[in-house]
Amino acid sequence: MEVFEKIALYMQYPFVRYALIVGVLIALCSGLFGVTLVLKRFSFIGDGLSHIAFGAIAIATVMKLSNNMPLVIAVTVICAILMLRTSQKAKIKGDAVIAMISVGSLAVGYLIMNIFPTSSNIAGDIDSVLFGSTSILTLSVTDAVWCGILASAVIAVFIFFYNKIFAVTFDEDFARAAGTRASAYNLLIAVVIAVVIVVAMNLVGSLLISALVVFPAVSAMRIFKSFLSVTICSGILAVCTSAAGILISIVAGTPVGATIVVVDIIVFISFFIIGKICRK
Amino acid sequence: MAQLICENVSLGYDNKTILNNLSFSVNSGDYLCIVGENGSGKSTLMKTILGLNKPMSGEIFFGDNMKKGDIGYLPQQTDVQKNFPASVREIVLSGCQSRAGLRPFYNKHEKEMASDAMKRMRIEEFSKRCYRELSGGQQQRVLLARALCATQKMLLLDEPVSGLDPKVTAEMYELISGLNKEGITIIMISHDIDVAIREASHILHICEKPFFGTKEEYLASNLGSKFIEREDI
Repeated sequence: MEVFEKIALYMQYPFVRYALIVGVLIALCSGLFGVTLVLKRFSFIGDGLSHIAFGAIAIATVMKLSNNMPLVIAVTVICAILMLRTSQKAKIKGDAVIAMISVGSLAVGYLIMNIFPTSSNIAGDIDSVLFGSTSILTLSVTDAVWCGILASAVIAVFIFFYNKIFAVTFDEDFARAAGTRASAYNLLIAVVIAVVIVVAMNLVGSLLISALVVFPAVSAMRIFKSFLSVTICSGILAVCTSAAGILISIVAGTPVGATIVVVDIIVFISFFIIGKICRK
Repeated sequence: MAQLICENVSLGYDNKTILNNLSFSVNSGDYLCIVGENGSGKSTLMKTILGLNKPMSGEIFFGDNMKKGDIGYLPQQTDVQKNFPASVREIVLSGCQSRAGLRPFYNKHEKEMASDAMKRMRIEEFSKRCYRELSGGQQQRVLLARALCATQKMLLLDEPVSGLDPKVTAEMYELISGLNKEGITIIMISHDIDVAIREASHILHICEKPFFGTKEEYLASNLGSKFIEREDI
């Protein structure tokens, strides 16, 4: 019972409540779009984008912007569109381009933060950007509101375009031949992914974002067989695992992002086993 | 009035021409088979008709109340689809996508169309099953039902029987010719000339000197008579 008392105690603090609400919203939108990302084989784009977002945050920090979200989102969205283009036109190996851009921005970001230190604790700053250590618990009210608005917008876009996203994900050529503007929807998906990643950085940090996007979707696919049920399950899993991760990290004093990912891994393994048993 | 007219169309990619000055037309109710060697440009031609590629020169017109989006397409299966978690019903319904326009959800009429298409393709009993668990022939019927949701006028089929066993192949051809008898124009890519001669009303043979005409004309032509000679041996 001690655990519940401890949680109840922490719940009295507004910053913990913000963290939980924002964290759950972020997880929900990454869980929903994760399904499309995985099925469209875009997971690696998500990973690349998170490194770019890191570079953008480094620049924003050095420029001492009071609110770095708009700049980071702008940069990430532009890169998302560029990456989508290269991966479609595949003249130069798309994955190599993405690897170069993402590792490049990681290195440049780290370098910039070291050359122009903005606080005495650079290692701590970088650690929090990369792994999100406690940043979800230290969100300012403005950040929390921003995250909330963006996450809700992403969820609304997902519901409104659900059927189109399905059509374009399942068979782009067919959709295009039937007169659906597939490239416009691909663009929409890329932009939304960029927004999801920037918002999700607050929860788990840039290195761990892919886990948040990929794990719930892949776990859901082990068991469920229709697109709708996979999507709903992925959303629910994302919400539950991140809420559990946040609560565990508060009680046990572990880093938030890593705790969420570990919960995700455990859920994936159990779903994998259940899926195997069901198929036999 | 023809439904589809290709006039002096040249095709290719990366500045390499693979097909020069191709002209043909398709009337409502025709069953056109496009045959040719692998790499002769059959699939490129099909993508151009669908508006996915632009021709290098020449033009493609639609007539007889056809619009660009009125073509139902049965593509070759991709790797993504083989492992896609989706129910049969979800996939068939997605054929109505362009009809729905910006409306976020399907209406009653579109859902009825999907059920009707599933009935015609005899896949109703699978409607809740997962696509990736079906056999190859069943999967093709699902995709055909989806194409029927997109159009009632013209179907483009890209090697619809590749990878199917002989019995299922025969069933597939029967379904396709049934649709043709209902008045739907069929354009089918095949590398099998036997099938083209048995099933189609018109043949487009893509090679250095492309041939286009009715089946009878084809059999009387040089290309066709070569084929018959081969049969005799």
